Amino acid sequence: MSTTAAIELVEVRKSFGSTPIIRGVSLVLEAGTRQALIGPNGAGKSTLFNLITGKYRVTTGRIRVKGEDVTDLTPYEINRLGLARSFQVTNIFTRMTVFENLRCAALWGAGYRYSFWHRVSTARAVNERAETVLEQLNLTARREVPAGVLSYAEQRALEIGITIAGGADVILLDEPTAGMSRSETEHVIALIRQVTAGKTLLMVEHDMSVVFDLADRIAVLVYGEVIAHDTPERIRANAAVQEAYLGTPQSVA
Amino acid sequence: MSTATTRPFAGAGVAHAARARRYGLWVAAAVGLLVLPQVVHTGTAIAIMNQMGIAVVFALSYNMLLGQGGMLSFGHAVYFGLGGFIAAHVLNLSGRGAIYLPVPVLPLIGGLGGLAFAILFGSFSTRRAGTVFAMISLGVAELMAASSLIFDRFFGGEEGITTNRSKAPLLLGLPFTRDREVYYLIAFWLFVAALAMYAFSRTPVGRMANAVRDNPERAEFVGYSQNRVRLVSFCAAGFFAGIAGGLFAVNYEILTAENMGLTASGAVLLMTYIGGIGSFVGPIIGAVVFTFLQSMLSDYTGMWLLYLGILFLATVLFVPMGLAGVLMLHAPAWRARRIGRLVGPYLLTGALALVAAVGIIGLLEMIHFVAVSEGAGTTKRLFWMAIAPRTLTPWLAFAALVVVGALGVRWTAPRAASAFAQASRPPVAVRAAATGEAGL
Repeated sequence: MSTTAAIELVEVRKSFGSTPIIRGVSLVLEAGTRQALIGPNGAGKSTLFNLITGKYRVTTGRIRVKGEDVTDLTPYEINRLGLARSFQVTNIFTRMTVFENLRCAALWGAGYRYSFWHRVSTARAVNERAETVLEQLNLTARREVPAGVLSYAEQRALEIGITIAGGADVILLDEPTAGMSRSETEHVIALIRQVTAGKTLLMVEHDMSVVFDLADRIAVLVYGEVIAHDTPERIRANAAVQEAYLGTPQSVA
Repeated sequence: MSTATTRPFAGAGVAHAARARRYGLWVAAAVGLLVLPQVVHTGTAIAIMNQMGIAVVFALSYNMLLGQGGMLSFGHAVYFGLGGFIAAHVLNLSGRGAIYLPVPVLPLIGGLGGLAFAILFGSFSTRRAGTVFAMISLGVAELMAASSLIFDRFFGGEEGITTNRSKAPLLLGLPFTRDREVYYLIAFWLFVAALAMYAFSRTPVGRMANAVRDNPERAEFVGYSQNRVRLVSFCAAGFFAGIAGGLFAVNYEILTAENMGLTASGAVLLMTYIGGIGSFVGPIIGAVVFTFLQSMLSDYTGMWLLYLGILFLATVLFVPMGLAGVLMLHAPAWRARRIGRLVGPYLLTGALALVAAVGIIGLLEMIHFVAVSEGAGTTKRLFWMAIAPRTLTPWLAFAALVVVGALGVRWTAPRAASAFAQASRPPVAVRAAATGEAGL
């Protein structure tokens, strides 16, 4: 276990035009922990995700991933450091088969880069990785189906599969259970628990039972500021969180 | 990970059979290419087949952009033309004895020329996708059209440059003087290039080209720069377009600026799209059909480009998956051995569509005759008949054909469609399995 944090944010600010969305966030996520990011709608959770993963540029502040400064890197450069993310709105390769989706996600991690001198069919590590993830997702029967015709829950599962297939050890999931039924949520949470074992997880989630069950630590984001970052028990007892985020003091799960 | 190594892949047997079938197809294609000139051996046929072979390589290279990579280019002929010009100049040097380069390797020189310019122009045009990419490709095509007038020595001005393949040194004593000998050269390069392009689509970067086409943002979040992926595809497409250009130089021994102009770029877009951009065989079918129609129609009518345009419009409007896509749609019916049930309904609707087409062609040809007034005559030969376009009767007759044909198609098409749906339904057992496996 290294002592460097998996993700470290230093006084990160982000404004769109003159509107500040992230207003000075400093956060340290220790490697190997499961962390949840909660907060009311519009608090800036997805924006924070987009800043960490390089989709947006910070206005000021620094972001480090595993000790490396990624503030000015592109999404693919950050991904190559071993950080992968999923999206709140399903973001998959719709015309390719489920298996091809996972295989493409596993290519860079296996070191194939922009190769046109290897055949993917004989790229053993990549194919095995894709098969393993396919099985973890329970999508083996849908292997050759174009991803665009999968059911919503299946697409959400594939979304997570693409995120983990590359072998990243820092994983960011943006509302992985959004729009899912109770039983689908349970299945996805079990899957997340399984595939993030020993890795660093940062997850945006609205389902409080999931958050308090899964997370080692919870960060509470309100109007672009982290008002608390602590263990589930302490977050539950935190009066500021109850007031600012949950409205009435007694309603915390 | 470790569990997967001991477990055989799901459907390994099916995959194995599919692979055997693919190898079989390639061998069949090679044999077909070798035997073809023995079957159709007239001079015209050989000349058309040579033209087709070049068009197939060009269309396949174009589909690396459009179908595989999602890049709509209006200037792909630039790389075809530049490859051709470079090959022609090298052939001239070789013919003068300045360098040693036999004819069979010349297409490779064309390919390298196409590649060099694809790297140059691709370095900035692939930074953007979609409309911006399309606009830049148009700009590059215009740039080259202007350059062809400026760099007179290289492009030969309006007459273009000529070359002579019989002056180059021989390789293994093989001469390339007659069309038939050139046919085998084209067939060889066609096979090699098609195989290489097929293989490219199954490499890591070839698969990522599909991924970037589908979702460039997500591709970046699995570690790939969308610009770099597009650039690699673009360079490969330029390389194979250059090979086609090199074959053109060998076959026709002349290149003009037209070969890299917007019309040539438009033609490759048309043939690729008509054939179907969704599969590997699509552009092959498109290039063969397009070249065939082009050479056949241009013998009969001055309006052949109009008809190809109508064919393109009909494809875009009614069958955007192209000819290959239409064939693929019938795969379920074929597997269920019910394709025979479609013959009747298809023939009926097809015959009526033909009636309408005859009517439309008749009207168009008469308009053309009256508007252009070919010669001073009053009759025109059309469909093996003498027709007087300046009288009312033929106009009424052709208009009647259009109406009868169109109404007939409208009336019978639903029946053909339901016959298709019936025939495509999977057998009961397969259906049960399909619904069973969907359950999670």
